[in-house]
This record gives sequence, C-alpha cells and structure tokens, in this order.
Amino acid sequence: MKLKSLILGVAATALASAGTLTAVQAEELYVPSLSYRTGPFAGGGIPFANGFADYLNMLNERDGGIGGIKIKVEECETGYNAQKGVECYEATKGKGALVYNPLSTGITLQLIPKAPVDKIPVLSMGYGLSAAGVGEKFPYTFTYPTGYWSQMSSILKYIDANGGLKGKKIGFIYLDAGYGREPIPLLEQLAPKLGFEWVGFPVAGKDMQNQGSQWLNVRKERPDWMIMWGWGAMNATAVKEAKKIRFPLDKFIGNWWSGAHADLDSVGDAGKGYLAANFSGIGMGFPALQDVKKHVVDAGKSQSDPDKVGDVLYNRGLFNAVIVAEAIAAAQKLTGKKNITGEDMRAGLEAFDLSDARLKELGLEGFTGAVKGSCKDHEGGGSVFIQQWNGNDWERVTDLIAPMTDIVGPLLEDAAAKYVSDKPDWKSQTCG
Amino acid sequence: MFYREAGQFKTNYRDDQAIFPILQDRIGLGIIIAFAFIGVPLLANDFWMNSIMIPFLIWALAAVGLNILTGYSGQLSLGTGAFMGVGAYACYKLVTIFPDVNIIIHFFISGFFAAGIGILFGLPSLRIKGLYLAITTLAAQFFLEWSFIRIPWLYNYNDSGAIDSTTPKLFGLPIDPASGDPVHRYLIVLSIVVFLTWIASNVIRGRIGRSWMMIRDMDIAAELMGIRPLYAKLSAFAMSSYYCGVAGAMMVFLWLGSAEVESFDINKSFLVLFMVIIGGLGSLIGCFMGAFFIFVLPIIMRALPGFFNLGINAATMEHVTSVLIGSLIIAFLILEPHGFARLWQITKEKLRNWPFPYG
Amino acid sequence: MLHDIFINPFVDMASAPDFFVQLIWEGFVAGTLYALIALGFVLIYKASGVFNFAQGIMVVFAALTMVGLHALGIPAWIALFLTLGVMAILAIGIERVVLRPLVGQHDAILLMATIGLTLFLKGVGETVFGGEPKSMITEELGLPTGVTDFDILGGLVSLQHLDIAAVVIASLMVIALAIFFSKTRIGRALRAVADDHNAALSVGISLNQIWAIVWFAAGVVALVTGIMWGARSDVSFALEIIAFKALAVLILGGFTSIPGAIVGGLIIGIGEKLAEVYWGGLVGGGVEAWFAYVLALIFLLFRPQGLFGEKIIERV
Repeated sequence: MKLKSLILGVAATALASAGTLTAVQAEELYVPSLSYRTGPFAGGGIPFANGFADYLNMLNERDGGIGGIKIKVEECETGYNAQKGVECYEATKGKGALVYNPLSTGITLQLIPKAPVDKIPVLSMGYGLSAAGVGEKFPYTFTYPTGYWSQMSSILKYIDANGGLKGKKIGFIYLDAGYGREPIPLLEQLAPKLGFEWVGFPVAGKDMQNQGSQWLNVRKERPDWMIMWGWGAMNATAVKEAKKIRFPLDKFIGNWWSGAHADLDSVGDAGKGYLAANFSGIGMGFPALQDVKKHVVDAGKSQSDPDKVGDVLYNRGLFNAVIVAEAIAAAQKLTGKKNITGEDMRAGLEAFDLSDARLKELGLEGFTGAVKGSCKDHEGGGSVFIQQWNGNDWERVTDLIAPMTDIVGPLLEDAAAKYVSDKPDWKSQTCG
Repeated sequence: MFYREAGQFKTNYRDDQAIFPILQDRIGLGIIIAFAFIGVPLLANDFWMNSIMIPFLIWALAAVGLNILTGYSGQLSLGTGAFMGVGAYACYKLVTIFPDVNIIIHFFISGFFAAGIGILFGLPSLRIKGLYLAITTLAAQFFLEWSFIRIPWLYNYNDSGAIDSTTPKLFGLPIDPASGDPVHRYLIVLSIVVFLTWIASNVIRGRIGRSWMMIRDMDIAAELMGIRPLYAKLSAFAMSSYYCGVAGAMMVFLWLGSAEVESFDINKSFLVLFMVIIGGLGSLIGCFMGAFFIFVLPIIMRALPGFFNLGINAATMEHVTSVLIGSLIIAFLILEPHGFARLWQITKEKLRNWPFPYG
Repeated sequence: MLHDIFINPFVDMASAPDFFVQLIWEGFVAGTLYALIALGFVLIYKASGVFNFAQGIMVVFAALTMVGLHALGIPAWIALFLTLGVMAILAIGIERVVLRPLVGQHDAILLMATIGLTLFLKGVGETVFGGEPKSMITEELGLPTGVTDFDILGGLVSLQHLDIAAVVIASLMVIALAIFFSKTRIGRALRAVADDHNAALSVGISLNQIWAIVWFAAGVVALVTGIMWGARSDVSFALEIIAFKALAVLILGGFTSIPGAIVGGLIIGIGEKLAEVYWGGLVGGGVEAWFAYVLALIFLLFRPQGLFGEKIIERV
C-alpha cells in the first residue's frame, strides 16, 4: 500500500514538474551553471561554482544586473558526469539559457554538436576541445581566454626560457580521460619541431590516489621536466609522489587545473616550489573582488566559505562570470535589446573585447591578460602566467607568456577541419 | 473480477502456447504499446523525450540484456557497461566505414560484435560461479575500458578520444541527438526495443531459454539431463551482450550524441544491475519497471526542489537524492526482494479475485 | 617485439637494482594496503556471506569522520576513539536495519543491498562533511613523516617512514585479528558462525551479535585503511574507487581466507607495479587498471576457489 501511494505520488509530481519545465521566464538573463559540488572532483568544482555565482550576484546587487536586467544563475549538479551534464542541458535549455559553461571536457564534447542546433553558445573556458576555438568551423563554441594547445605551448616556452628545450626530455603525466589526453596531439607534433623528447604517464581515474607506478616510471625515464594535466585528487597525490621520488618540484609544472589552493593546501610545505600555469589573478587584491566580498559574501548570500574567496579556482570561476557578463553587455550593445537570446549572446561573445583598460574599469587590473575575440578567433589570444607554491600560498612568478600562435594556429585549423570532415551537415560560418 | 480468464478456452496447442494466453493481457499490452507509440509523442515535451523517455527505453533494453544473463541463466555480471561500450564503438566504426548503410542495420550488426566479446569473457563462467564470476566480469569491464582508450583505431584517431554520432539520417531526416527531432528518435528506439523484447520473450519461452533456466536452477542436474553447459552459458552471454551492445549503440547515436570511455564505466554496470534486481530477476516486464525506478526517479527527485521553490541548492539535493535512493533500494530489497515483477504478479492476483480475498 | 617482452625488462631490472628494490618496496606497501581493504571484505563474507561492496565507502566515511571531528577542535586521539564509536553505531545499525531482514536472500540481492548502503553513506558523508578533499591529520596522530635513504646497489633506495608505519600497523592489525579469532570467546563464536550458521545458533551463539561485531571489525579495518591511504594522498571520495582493487585481491586469495587476502594483496601490489613499469610501455601504459583482474581471472581458471579458498563440493 505504501509503495502504491509512493508510485502515485511520484507520477503526480512528475507530471507537475513537466509542466513547469516548459514555462519560459521573461525579463531576466538566465545563465545556467553546470556545477559539481559532489563526486570525486567536487574539490575543484565547488570554489569554481561559488566564484561564478558570486560575481554575477554581485552585479545584481551592485548594478542591478546588466543593462538594468537581473541575472538569474541556476545551478545544475553534474557530478562531472557527461550524462548528467546533458540532462542538465536538456532541462535548462528551454528556459532561455544564454550560454553554457560545462566545466568538464566530457560534457563540452557532448554539447558542441548541440550548440549550433539550439543556438546557444558554449563557453568552455580554458578546457574542452582545443580545436573548438576555430571560429569558422565552430560558430557556437568559445574557449576564451585560451585553449589547451595554446597553453601547452606557453608552458613549453617557459621551459625554453628556463634552461632551454632542445634535447630535453619532457614527462607528461595526465588524467587518462578526454581532458588529459587533449594536448597529446600537440606534443606529438611539436616534439620534432622544437627538438625535445616527450614521454607520457597516464593516470587512470580509478588510480588518481594511487600513482606509485607512474612515478616509479618517472624515476626510470628520468625526464628533465614534468608537465601535469591533472584534476581533483590527482594533483595533490602527484605532488606528494614527485616529492617522494625527489623530483625537483621547480621543474614540475601543472596546467591551470592543477594549481589551485584546493590541491596544494593538503600538501602544504612538502609542495614548496611546485609550479602551475594560471590565467586568473590570485587573492583578494582587486577592487572587483572587494565588491564581491562586500555585496555578496559579507551579506551572507554566498555559498562560499569566506576564507576561500580569492582562491585560485574561486577567481577562475569569477573570471568565467566576467567573460559571461562582458559578453552579455556586448550583446546588449550590438542588438540594442535588453533581454537577449542565445543567438545574440553568440554575437556578443564574438565581439568580446576585454582590453587592459576595460579590466581596469571592472576593477580587475592585472587580473589576466587582454582577451579579444573575433569571428575567426574564438580563443581570444589570452596568455597564462606561471605561479609557484611557497608552502602555504601561490605566488605569481612570471609575466604573461603568450602562446606560440604561429605554430599552434595552423594545427588547430587542421584539427577543426578534421573534426567536421566526417560530418556532412556541420554548420560552419565564413568570416569576412 | 477485472481479471477473469473464465470463459477463455484454449482449444488447440497454438492457443495454449501463446505469449499472452489471457485476453486482458493482450488488451492491456495493446493499450500500452499504442500509448507508447501515439500518446507519448503527443504529450511529452523535448525534455521528457530527450532526458527521460529515450534513455529510459535504452536502459530498459540493457536491463533486458542483463536479465537474460543474470535472471534467466543465473550468471552474475558486472561488465554490462563495457559490453554496451563494445556495441557503441563497433557501431561508430561501422557508421564511419559504411556511411551509406541504414543506421538501423548498423545497430543490429554492432550487437554481434558485443556478442562475440561477450562469449570471450563468458568463457570463465564454465569454471567459475556466483560472486567469483561477478568479480571476473570486472576484468572484462576494466580491460575493455582500457582498450577503448589505448586502441585509437576504435575512435578513428580523434584528438578528443571520443566517438560522436556523424549526423546519421533515416529516410532523409536527421536523427542524431543534436539536430534530429526527438520524436523521430524516440520512435526508432521504441520500435527497436519492442522488437527485441518480443524476440527475447520468445527465446526465453523456447528450448534455449529453458536450458538457461535449467542451468540457473541446478547446473549439475541440467547437465545430467543432457543440457550442455558450454552452449547454454555461452549462448546466454552472447544474447545478453548482444542486447547490451545494441543498447550501447543507441545510447551514443540516439541519445548522447558523443561518448567517451566514461560513458561506459563500472557505474553503468551497477546501474543496470540495480534495474534488473529492483525490477525482478527473471522478468521482462520487471526490466522496464526497474529501469523506470532507477533511472527516472532520481531525475524527478532532482527536479522537485525547483518545482516547489524550496531553495535547496543543487549539491544538497544531490546528496539527499543519493541518501534517499540508497535507502529506497535497501527498503525495497527488504520489503520485496523479488522486485517489481513480484508486486505486479500480486496485483494481478488481487485483481483477479476482487472483491473476494481468495479466489 | 619478443625481445621487448622477454629480454629487455630483465636487463632493465638487472642494470638498475636499486630501482628494482624500490619498486618491490612500493609494490609491497601498496599490496599491504590492498590486503587491508580485502581483509574488511573477508571478515564480513566469512561471518555473514554478504559480499560487502560498501567497504570502500566505509574507508572514506571513517577517515572523513575522524578528520571532521578533529576539525571541530577535538584532539586527534580522542577523535580516533570517537570515530571508532561512530563505526560501532554504524555496524549495529547496518545489522539491525539491513542485514537482519535480508538473511538468507540471494547473493545478488545482498550485494545490491550493500551497493545501496554505499549510496546512502556517500550521500550522508557529503552532506555532513562536504565534498572537498581534506588532508589527513598525520602529524597529530603521531605518524612519522620522514624518510630514510639507503645508498645501496649503486643507487638510492628511499623508504618513507609513513610507508613503514603502514606496513607495521597493517601487520599488527592482522596479528591482532588472528589472535582475536583464535583465542577469544567471541573469535571462536565467529568461526563457528562462519562454518555453519544453524549449528552455531543451536549451541547458543547469537548471530545478530556476531554480525554486529564483524561489521564493527570491518569498520576498524576501514578506519586504519583510511588513515594510511589518506596520509599517502588525501581524504576524498575518490578513495572509494581504490576498493575495487581489493576485489581482485579477494578472488585471488579466496573470499573466506585471511591469509589469502594478505598473500593476494602482496601478489597484486607487487605484480601490477612490475607489469606497469617493465611491460606497460609496450601497450601504451595504464595496464594497472586491469592487470589485477586479468591476473585473478587467469588464476581462477586453474583454481576456481582462489589461493586459500575452501574447495567447493557440489551435489545434485
């Protein structure tokens, strides 16, 4: 009997919820946030989602939204799982979503073919498919401020500037998933060109916290430098293991998903010297962050622990929100409409121009490099800098390092052409 | 009262062996199928189609596959996810090598690849039983997952390492998950699932199915009576994997649009096993009920706070969902270990006798 | 190709003996920890015939509880004992709510119930402690963190004190359990239950009590595993997945054998490191993901009951 009433109840609510899902809300800028506060990667997902939501809420509090319209951020939990991500997408796209930030390469790959059909752009900020930054082939995908391939080239540049690259052996330890394997084609093509040797060390998702063999292999191969494409619990473990085999940590560079406070806090002093790439400023020393603190965090409207505001991934999420907000403003300016659609948003993203002057206006001077998009360039030419862990905090140690656009650009074009080659009906665009 | 078969006489062997010997069953099933083919496309919106109905049917098919192996043949398997993957990757290769062949034919062919791999990993079942076998099927799961990464030929050397549907067409209409009409995709999935379920129900009633059940109930006795365990067990593995393979292929080409290895990981194996056990071991209708309970319920639960505007954030809801689903599964196993299928039987019995307590 | 399989790896081993010794040591430590997780499975399977899939999440849950309690300002050692208390309550709760009503059900159903339990504990753990990874309170518990180097064999072999501690604690744990099982009253009752439920019941042993004790023992093993593994990386829900490795250990060693769990753990710990480092490169690396299972599978084809499992005799 109990079960019967349960089933009836479920059926009733299901029907009811189907009704609400179709309702389109008006007069607000609806930005879904595909976040993950659960699962094995929650450690990275939580601060990112907080930074993202807090900035947009701060705009609501301080400026009354963008162009006078409030922004509505709605989180949908993906658990870093591609299927749940798609489910979130389907559940929210009908509510007038402006842009999707999947925060997972796996989910991004699923959304790329859907974006042009539903006319909602996908902004995979520094993750996802590198080739998706080629605007002519991927009109609806953006990888501002930079993609994996470009930034791998920046990291190689850093290595080159610190002792040379020619004749060196580079070890590449990566999460054995779409995300970690993404820069491999670039390494394969750059190695002969730039005269270095590379060797890969895959870490299976199951073995994230059990990397003994990989680091024994590192010890056997004796690379001069190590580069890591890690995420979640893998990062802390890798740094600890590197320390264990006496690998010099100042020759160990993580990418920008392997260098957060969440990763190194648990390592502490042992991680001193470890390097990581980053493209968003560290700490609270920016007026915009102070505003976030004042209007959102101190007002108790944030889900974030106040101590974690200003952390690397918090600021990364905030930067993601800045890009979204700026693109919305650009779209409003372009169309003259206040309440824009996904298609307008796409135009706004293409017209995206975050110059140093604009950064200063936003209260984010020196937070990141200038990013400028165009119809052709959906990657924006942003740069990364290298930061170093000093035992209890990250310190920026280099200026911005621009990617090797001349080398990476053509490779990206080829990869994009390859992606669309077996899809006869793919919608690309021509840029004038 | 509602369910009287009085007056329905079986006058020949043909009637006696019909799948649904009772008139009411035939009518009921007819109504359900008619509703699925006509009613659902009219009523459901895109979200219901894309995120609930299509995946539900695909999971139900995978559950039918696993039920053949676990429910009817008694071989516990934790490799379902990987067998679905084999079907998906095989289908992807077939579609890219023979793009002009009808995609539905590819679905059915890709199942055979899964069946072949299933037979290979089913070989240990000839020596190993029960939980030991379940754990050895994990070898299949992990080895195949690894192969999907390490053999780049399988994904055509894509940079992303993912397989994606290459805008397949049927009768000139696009049916890929991105640009195709969800109703078309739904109808394709539904037709395939209904067809394969019908085949399964006939195989299970027949000689092969009976040999499976003999092996399940007492393998040594079955052997003494002339059933060859080699054929019986391996045919169960083959057919089960075939179904999972077709489900996997449809999952990529009609639901997700693209898939990485993670789409076929161990959690999918558990998910399908949940469906089979909650639905009821050894029951086809149970597969559908189990798939509905396990797949659809969490989605509805996640949608609830938004509906009531409870102000619970997504993460908390996810945790609560996890707790509730876990408790519900345990509660269900305690209250009715034989699953929905048994509940359904009891309901039928009650309806037959109503308004009297005993018939 | 054959050269790469049959000659090169051995040349590598011989040419860098220090590295080889290091590798065996690493494998040994990992193997000990696998064995510890497997031990949790064996305890429960022996006494109640339940294949406890929740052992992995119990590891995470125990470690999180301890770290969480410590974060509240409770001293490390008291937190440790409080966590033991929590595990005891959990054990009694599981026995009452889950096991008792499910006695005598099909293997698959019991397995499913423990997977349900996994979901439940995961949800509760994440609600209470949050999803972020936390660092293990290694120093507070008095665990050593240094390292000792040996300049032998023409190179360097370094032993982490933490790893040594892990091996020592795991060994003590096993010895303590062995003594508990063979010398105490409860231990004898446990073995009686493992041999025959009905016979044990008829001589007045309370099955329910024994089950609760066994689950508690598995909880203690989980806590120790959680502390050790948490100190090596950190405490997060990703730790749960490591428990999968222990499944391969189990089939290798046999579901019901404590020595089997230990020997199996060591074989897999060392074997997978050897396979990954010396042969993995031939097929693109990452063989660790399946090596343990395939090894166990091949092994089972020759000895279906595992290394030390009880011979299965079937009658019609």
